[in-house]
Amino acid sequence: MRKSVVEPLSADAIVVEHLVVRRGGRSVLPDLSVTVPAGQVVGLLGPSGGGKSTLMRAIVGVQQVESGDVTVLGRPAGHPDLRHRIGYVTQSPSIYADLSVRHNLTYFAQVLGASPDAVDRAIEAVDLTSHADASVSTLSGGQRSRASLAAALVGDPEVLVLDEPTVGLDPVLRRDLWNLFRRLAHDEGRTLLVSSHVMDEATRCDRLILLREGEILSDSTLAELLARTGATDAEEAFLRLVDRAAEARPTDAASKGGPA
Amino acid sequence: MNPRITLATTARILRQLRADHRTIAMMLVVPCVLLGLLAWIFDGTPVFDRIGAALLGVFPFVVMFIVTSVATLRERTSGTLERLLTTPLGKGDFMLGYALAFGLMAVVQALVATGFAVWVCGLDVAGPVWLLVVIAVCDALLGTALGLFVSGFAATEFQAVQFMPALVLPQFLLCGLLVPRENLPSVLSTLSDVLPLSYAVDAMRTIASVPDPVGDVSSDIAVIVAAILLSLALGSLTLRRRTP
Repeated sequence: MRKSVVEPLSADAIVVEHLVVRRGGRSVLPDLSVTVPAGQVVGLLGPSGGGKSTLMRAIVGVQQVESGDVTVLGRPAGHPDLRHRIGYVTQSPSIYADLSVRHNLTYFAQVLGASPDAVDRAIEAVDLTSHADASVSTLSGGQRSRASLAAALVGDPEVLVLDEPTVGLDPVLRRDLWNLFRRLAHDEGRTLLVSSHVMDEATRCDRLILLREGEILSDSTLAELLARTGATDAEEAFLRLVDRAAEARPTDAASKGGPA
Repeated sequence: MNPRITLATTARILRQLRADHRTIAMMLVVPCVLLGLLAWIFDGTPVFDRIGAALLGVFPFVVMFIVTSVATLRERTSGTLERLLTTPLGKGDFMLGYALAFGLMAVVQALVATGFAVWVCGLDVAGPVWLLVVIAVCDALLGTALGLFVSGFAATEFQAVQFMPALVLPQFLLCGLLVPRENLPSVLSTLSDVLPLSYAVDAMRTIASVPDPVGDVSSDIAVIVAAILLSLALGSLTLRRRTP
C-alpha cells in the first residue's frame, strides 16, 4: 500500500504526553506518552486492568488526571470545542434501556445538534434497522452495545473512542463492525481508537498499542511488531514482550541472578 | 446552556416516564387514595379541613423527591450521565431538563389531587383553588431539585431511597402539620424556620383559611422558589465532567 500524494499531512489526532493517573491511591498510568495518527484505526490491546479504559477516559476528558497533557485535534482533552467532535462509547452500553433505539438516538442527535436523518444512518450503520423501534431493554447484549455505538456515530464525530465495542459479539457481527470501523477511518477520514482484550482483533487495526500495567509495551503496525518479536501472531508477540520486560527487570521477586 | 438541549432532555425524560405506566398511575392515584383515607378517618370532624390542604403540598414534594433521586442515580450508574457530559450538554440543561419534566408531571398530579380533595372529599378552601395548585407545583419542583442534589451523594438505589426518611421526614415533622410551629420548642421552631417545607405548609393553610391570600402567600412562594434555585445550584455542583 502506497500513500497517495493528495492525502493531507497526517497530523496526530491524539497526543498524550507524560500522562499520570492515580485511582484509589494506585498508580494506573505512571507516565504514559503516546500518539494516535489521524485517519487510522488504532487498536489499544492488553489485558483487563492494564489501564486501557483509564487512558480512553483521559482522552475524552472525563478522567481526573494527576499530571501530563492530553491533546485531541489540537485542543486540550475535555475542551468545550471538542464535545461535538469526539464520540465516546463506554464498555457497558450507556443508553436508556426504557427507550427504543430510535428514541435514544433521536435524543443524542438533538443533544449533539445532528440532523434527524443522521439517526437512520447510524441505525443502518450498526445493522439495527429491524430493531429500531424495539425498546433497548428487550435487546440482546450485543444489540445493546451496537445501539450504544450508534449513539456516538449519530453526532458525526471526527474522533471515535470505543472501549471494547466488540465484546460478546458473534464472529460475523465482529467482522461487520471492524469493517465499519475501517470504512469510517479510511473512507471518511475519521480517527478511531478501539480497545480490545482479544488479541486476534489486532489484524484489523492499522496500528497497535500494547498496554500492560499502565505501560506501553509496543506501538507500531502489526507487521513491525511481528518482525521485531519474531512471533507469528499478536498474542504470541505480546507474550514475548511481557517476558522480555520481566527479564529486563532484575528486581522482580523471582529472578536473583540479574540480567544475562 | 442551550434551550434546544434542555427541551430535548425534558422530552426524553417524559418519554421514559410515559413508558412506565405503573409509575404514572401511582403518582396520580396514591395521593388521592391517601387524601380520601384521611377524609374518611376524620369524617364529621373539622380536622380534614385543617390539614387536608397542607397535605396537598406534602405529597408532590415527597413523590417527586423519590422519583427524581432514583432517576438521576440511574443516569449515573448506567453511564448515560458520563456520556452526556462528554457532549455539548451543559449541567444546567440536565438540571432544568429534569425540573421541567417533573414540574410538568407535578402540574397533572396537583390538578388531580386538588380536584379530588375539593370536589370528592369536600375540602373547604376559603381562598382560590388554583393557588393550591400553584403551591403544589412549587413543592413538586422543590422535591425534584432536592432529589437532584442528594442523588449526587447516593452510590446505590438503597441509599437514594434512604435519603427520603433522612431529609424529608424531619421537614414533615417540623412543618407545623403535627404541632403548630409557634408551639414547638424554640430550637425546633428556629429549625423549622429554615426548612422550605414549612413555608409550603404555611402557604397551603393560609389559602385554606383566608379568602384573599395572594399577598400573604407570595412571601412563602418567594422562599420556596429561592430554596428550589439553591438546590438546583448545589445539585449542579455534584455533576462533574471529570471523575476519579
